[in-house]
Amino acid sequence: MISITNVTFGYTPSVRVLEDFSLRFQDGGVYGLLGKNGTGKSTLLYLITGLLRAQRGTVEVDGVDASSRKAETLADMFIVPEEYDLPAISLKNYVKALKPFYPRFSEELLERCLREFEMPTDVNLGALSMGQKKKVYICIALAANTKYLLLDEPTNGLDILSKSLFRKVVVAGMSEDKTIIISTHQVHDVEHLLDHVVIVDRNRVLLDQKLEESDEAPIDIEKLFIETLTCK
Amino acid sequence: MDFKNQKAIYLQIAEHVMDEILSGKYPVDAKLPSVREYAAEVEVNVNTVSRSFEWLQNQNIVVTRRGLGNFVALGAVEAIEALRKEEFFQEQLPDLFQSMQSIGITMDEVVNQYHKYNNK
Repeated sequence: MISITNVTFGYTPSVRVLEDFSLRFQDGGVYGLLGKNGTGKSTLLYLITGLLRAQRGTVEVDGVDASSRKAETLADMFIVPEEYDLPAISLKNYVKALKPFYPRFSEELLERCLREFEMPTDVNLGALSMGQKKKVYICIALAANTKYLLLDEPTNGLDILSKSLFRKVVVAGMSEDKTIIISTHQVHDVEHLLDHVVIVDRNRVLLDQKLEESDEAPIDIEKLFIETLTCK
Repeated sequence: MDFKNQKAIYLQIAEHVMDEILSGKYPVDAKLPSVREYAAEVEVNVNTVSRSFEWLQNQNIVVTRRGLGNFVALGAVEAIEALRKEEFFQEQLPDLFQSMQSIGITMDEVVNQYHKYNNK
């Protein structure tokens, strides 16, 4: 479980992105973390992975303080940021360097995912387009086979076909012992993947709801998103 | 797969499976993809597809064989036809009757059109 309790964080002392913010992610399932641009979604993901430290409050992953960046905690956690640079080395060498940190790393999952995305396995990471870079890194993230997988705006930079492939690889790479958190403002790209939707707006959690399939019409998450943001 | 907004997603997926059974993609006694494989195919959460398969089992369209997976049940085609027939009488026909009444179309006119349609 990931527990964020009374967290205050700002990149500068005067501008606070989060103030006295609390939220919990239970184990298992695909979470959609929705919110407008600049409402602290990415900041939350960085706090969970210990890349940022809360100025007040606590962030705990399975009871361990995330900011302590314990090796055991980090071995069970992978984040795909919205933007990143990859070194100009072969994928093979990159995986070789990364693997020791992730005990459950699965080369089989990596190959399957790359095949699904129609990407060759013998690529140089320095020679990839933005979309290709995204695909390769998402595959590495799924192959790392961590308990927690955090994806920040994963469908940005993907064309329509690749978005559809993205959904397939996430469903195929998901298992009951995994928790995937997808932060996005592109609700349509991921809505049918979600078990749970969380809508945040600055300091507040506007909605934290499990999506149970009723016999009624499906919940229109995009509509819910807009309604929740406009009538607060 | 495109989803409509009026009907639960798990039921739309179940309809899709039924279409595939009727079209012969999965004939009677054929093995169906696993819930996870099917979920990846239609790009939907595993739990949703799991519910679709449960529903299909309750309708005697799909049977689970322990350790082997899901199969198209014997009598699945008849079960689907019966379901669709019931849906036609319960949902589509009342809509048609309502349209007829509001426009003022008699049963005789409809019967006439029906014969014309069949003789085409």
